Amino acid sequence: MSDLTQYLDYALIAMLLAVGLAIVRLRNLFAVVMLMGVYSLLSAAWFVSLDAVDVAFTEAAVGAGISTVLLLAAMLLTARESEPTKPSRHWAALAVVVAAGAALLYAVPDMPIYGDPNSPANAYVGLQYLERTPEDIAVPNVVTAVLSSYRGYDTLGETSVIFTAGLGVILLLGFGTKRRDPKTKTKPKKGKAAR
Amino acid sequence: MNPHLILRVVSKLLIPMIVLFGLYVQFHGDFGPGGGFQAGVIVAVAVILYALIFGIEEARRAVPPVALRFGAAFGLLLYAGVGIAAMLMMGAGEHLNYLDYDALHPDQAHHTGQHYGIMLIEIGVLCTVASVMLSVFYAFAGRIPDIPDEDW
Repeated sequence: MSDLTQYLDYALIAMLLAVGLAIVRLRNLFAVVMLMGVYSLLSAAWFVSLDAVDVAFTEAAVGAGISTVLLLAAMLLTARESEPTKPSRHWAALAVVVAAGAALLYAVPDMPIYGDPNSPANAYVGLQYLERTPEDIAVPNVVTAVLSSYRGYDTLGETSVIFTAGLGVILLLGFGTKRRDPKTKTKPKKGKAAR
Repeated sequence: MNPHLILRVVSKLLIPMIVLFGLYVQFHGDFGPGGGFQAGVIVAVAVILYALIFGIEEARRAVPPVALRFGAAFGLLLYAGVGIAAMLMMGAGEHLNYLDYDALHPDQAHHTGQHYGIMLIEIGVLCTVASVMLSVFYAFAGRIPDIPDEDW
């Protein structure tokens, strides 16, 4: 392993860890939302370093971009500071995190080495996609070929999940057209409530 | 006098370029990283930036909620419709399966049907993702009056 990019990976993971710890410790919600955007951007940079540019692009656009804006909008509806939690709840959370972390560490030796050509991801169906995409689909980006053609059903399902999620939010909150004015508190009439 | 003059001028310059970049990501997805999901988010972000700078009412006049409702449903229907079109069209000389884009064009040597199919479904994904993201933003941000400066 004389690959120098591994040190970049270590640095990025260390920064992710530092940002994660800061998010846990901070109580100012605005700072927490901003740091979550930073966390997403750092993981996007890490994905680029792992040659997963499509995932990195999505993480940067969705995680760092739109999630931050939506969380900010949600934060403006609530308090600016989070309530202090009881110390007893810290211990319960710590126990869960330590147990999950120990289980993950226990599973690490079973994982293939990074870049292993014989790993399951590189051996079976993944190799087939790489070999057959030029003659089946004739699209240079294999990720796009898999996403929209080979696995078109999956992407259709994802799109309908997004549509359904948006529908749920619209049905619950509306388009934000009805202002909550404390002075003129009129109850919506029956039949007009749906919108 | 508006206190955010610089922000307004800069964002007016930036918003068209953000939309243009979104379209690049959309139509270059076959060749490089990108596609409908990312492009949809980028286009939605352009409108959200407009809403943050010029106010949500202005944004709602530029991109009305009715258009979003239409866009979200239209995108999903376009995607599902391409699948049905693939079943009905005889581009490959025989009836193919749902979402098998080879049926969309008789040029099997260059897989033109695949290109058509991928482009059409990506447009569907773009419409749905952009509309849903923007609707969620409207739903949250429309509940608060303009954000006072001391809140930031």
